[in-house]
Amino acid sequence: MPLQIPAVQCEQVSFSYGEIPILTDVSFSIQKLDAVALVGPNGGGKSTLLKLILGLLTPQTGTIKVLGVTPQQARQKIGYMPQHLQYDPSFPVSVMDVVLMGRAGSIGLGRYSAEDRRIAMQAMAELAVDGLAPRPFNSLSGGQRQRILIARALACEPEILLLDEPTANVDPGVELQFFEILKELANRVTVLTVSHDLGFVSQMVSRVFCVNRQVKIHPTSELTGEIIHEMYGGDVRMVRHDHCCSEQGHSHADIL
Amino acid sequence: MLTYFNALTDPNMVFLRYALFAGLLAAPAFGIIGTYVVARRMTYLAGAIAHCVLGGIGAALYCQARYELPWLTPMLGAIVAAIGAALLIGLISLRSHERVDSVIGAIWVLGMATGIIFIAKTPGYIDPMSYLFGNILMITGRDLLTIAVLDVIVIGLGLLSYNRMIAVCFDEEFARLRGIRTELYTLLLLCLTALTIVLMVRVVGIVMVIALFTLPAATASHFSTRIWQMMLFATLLGMISVAGGLSLSYGLDLPSGPTIVMLAGFFYLTVIIGKGLKNKLR
Repeated sequence: MPLQIPAVQCEQVSFSYGEIPILTDVSFSIQKLDAVALVGPNGGGKSTLLKLILGLLTPQTGTIKVLGVTPQQARQKIGYMPQHLQYDPSFPVSVMDVVLMGRAGSIGLGRYSAEDRRIAMQAMAELAVDGLAPRPFNSLSGGQRQRILIARALACEPEILLLDEPTANVDPGVELQFFEILKELANRVTVLTVSHDLGFVSQMVSRVFCVNRQVKIHPTSELTGEIIHEMYGGDVRMVRHDHCCSEQGHSHADIL
Repeated sequence: MLTYFNALTDPNMVFLRYALFAGLLAAPAFGIIGTYVVARRMTYLAGAIAHCVLGGIGAALYCQARYELPWLTPMLGAIVAAIGAALLIGLISLRSHERVDSVIGAIWVLGMATGIIFIAKTPGYIDPMSYLFGNILMITGRDLLTIAVLDVIVIGLGLLSYNRMIAVCFDEEFARLRGIRTELYTLLLLCLTALTIVLMVRVVGIVMVIALFTLPAATASHFSTRIWQMMLFATLLGMISVAGGLSLSYGLDLPSGPTIVMLAGFFYLTVIIGKGLKNKLR
């Protein structure tokens, strides 16, 4: 197999907010076109890990490489959907305006080109929300808004897609459709998705990262009720690569 | 009303014409930059910049009289102080670990105090009231020219940066991830705010200039689904407030600055009360 630059590579990354450690000695590597889900308890460090990959936060120790370069250098190739939009509901923008923001990096002081608009429309079409384009953004439902934000991330023409809780506001009925769309996307781009809903993501990803101060990796083929219980109820453990996983679960020799 | 139109053409009432021109010229700048400021929730920062302008005016008046520097006009002092305050406030709000609102509050008061002290120490009598609350009698033809030039700069930059400014105002984090230097745009917006404030200091004064920023834009936001609509409506409302306010102040013999601001405030309150009633009746 030819040597390929990994999409994301973390080496012994530690991060803390002041005194509070969020992530300790995290190492993993994600290959291109890999589909990975980050799961784990609230406050376990999932969103922090995404922000480290985006270069919005800098680790105290360790290095993160995205597509072989620093997160800041790779930013233009990452499409990001935040969990919470620090969004002012009275801000008067149309859905098209919001999706076009995915193209804002390339326009300089000028205007969006016809090409920018085409890419934005295509991103919306992929998520089946192109009909919403002229609507005011603040008139949308939570689930529609979520999709628009994914379309905005796609409009960046990313190589890596980072989705923070993409199903948080989605109605159960729409979820299945949503899942098909994400599965489709995973064929083209590397997808990292944070989710509470393990049942949902395990169908579309090949690996599940359990993030709880540290990162444990599980191939989805080996997910059992026991492991899931362990993931959420487990203690703090050392990082394990997936080849350490077995039917018997993790080696616990390195428990801190 | 008719006497007002007669007065506008009266060669002895040239100041009234100047005031109307100044107001109509400034309205688009207020509409455009005011929309960004309201959308970005930076009204408080704009208020601080406005009050710092008095420091520049005072210093200019003082130096003009004391060191005989006729070129150092209050207008020039106002521009320098406004830009200086904008950069200072911008850098503090971007970088400081202090409580930002306390620091901004301190700059607000110190800028104003500096101005009052300078004005008090300037030889001859100068009434600070005319700078605080505006005095259309003081507008000169040269002021009008300065206002026109600043206007072109503000409107030009405000419209050129439209798409990126919206992206930064809407979701700063995402804009930064797209490679936009969001800090630079924040500073640019503050500098444009500073210049816009200077445009109308003569007409409504530094205390009330902030009203022309926020009231038309906030009123317009109730009718707008797009940013450019909000800018357009805010500009129109600004023009109506200035023209109507001047005419009312002339007809009723009221101070012009407060009358303009009262009219802008009246529109705003009417809209939000009307909207509230409509929601109740539904």
